[in-house]
Amino acid sequence: MTNQEILEAVGAAFPDGILGHGEFREDLTLLIRKEDLLRIAGFVKRDLGFDLLIDILGVDHFRAAGRFEVVYNVWSLLHKRYLRLKVPAEEEHPVVPTVTGIWPGANWHERETFDMFGIRFEGHPDLRRLYMPDEFEYYPLRKDFPLMGIPDSLPLPRR
Amino acid sequence: MALDTLQRDGFLTTRLDEVINWSRKNSLWPMPMGISCCAIEMMATAAPRFDISRFGSEVMRFTPRQCDVMIVAGTVTFKMAKVVRKIYDQMPDPKWVISMGACASSGGMFRSYSVVQGIDQFIPVDVFVAGCPPRPEALLQGLMELQRKIAGDRTIGRLLHGEPIRIPAPALPPAQSSMEGLSS
Repeated sequence: MTNQEILEAVGAAFPDGILGHGEFREDLTLLIRKEDLLRIAGFVKRDLGFDLLIDILGVDHFRAAGRFEVVYNVWSLLHKRYLRLKVPAEEEHPVVPTVTGIWPGANWHERETFDMFGIRFEGHPDLRRLYMPDEFEYYPLRKDFPLMGIPDSLPLPRR
Repeated sequence: MALDTLQRDGFLTTRLDEVINWSRKNSLWPMPMGISCCAIEMMATAAPRFDISRFGSEVMRFTPRQCDVMIVAGTVTFKMAKVVRKIYDQMPDPKWVISMGACASSGGMFRSYSVVQGIDQFIPVDVFVAGCPPRPEALLQGLMELQRKIAGDRTIGRLLHGEPIRIPAPALPPAQSSMEGLSS
């Protein structure tokens, strides 16, 4: 299955679901609408055979429109190739539907993305922070977070 | 001579401090607080080539209640600091701390929001060992420095005067985070 065939198959099933596409080192990237994420993700898993979720990550573009982006890297054990799905999320309330119902392994990836970028995953079964303490109030990988952190935001034990 | 008689009968006169400190410094049981790669060098220090048992410290105990010295070997994050402190609190007095390597001593190369920039911000440290990671010889030298420190302790004097076994170190000013980097 070539990238062109993947693109055509998704395009045929979701005529206005694809906002853009690109190719890097022979891997296809699809920029898709948030509303279609669940249906497209289910389609590429069930009908195109992308059955293994490799990673989910966030991107902070630090620009006025479309500040955040969530990236899904999926792998097909059948076709032995990658597919990358990108979903934009707005700055004020970045919310994206969870894909844990499609790839259960998304659970901790989405928790990590929530922890680092503050992107909420609607419908996630257990959306807690993964790395930082629960009472931490900031999102460290956002571009407006200072490198050395916010003073006194992470309490130390008394000496 | 009276001294000859004493020695012949198996007596020896000394100061109590000397005996106590001598026994303490030659049986320092470590708590191996191996958090990252420094722990590999700490294990090498315990292995036959460098052989930490030459200094009486071969008994690495994984329960803090049987330990005398905590070797903090690795990067301590803010989240881990609570754990390190809790283990330190569970060790019985007298107790000492060796900060092994750049990360534990100063944050090392992790100049970042998540890493404590030096464990002396939340536990008292007796010996800092430099290196990234320090070679086993360096850790052994740190141990010998600690032994030298214990040998000079006024153990009985403190006991008689009701002084605490561990003298609390002066409080440091709170760590300042510089707003460098990507802040706008």
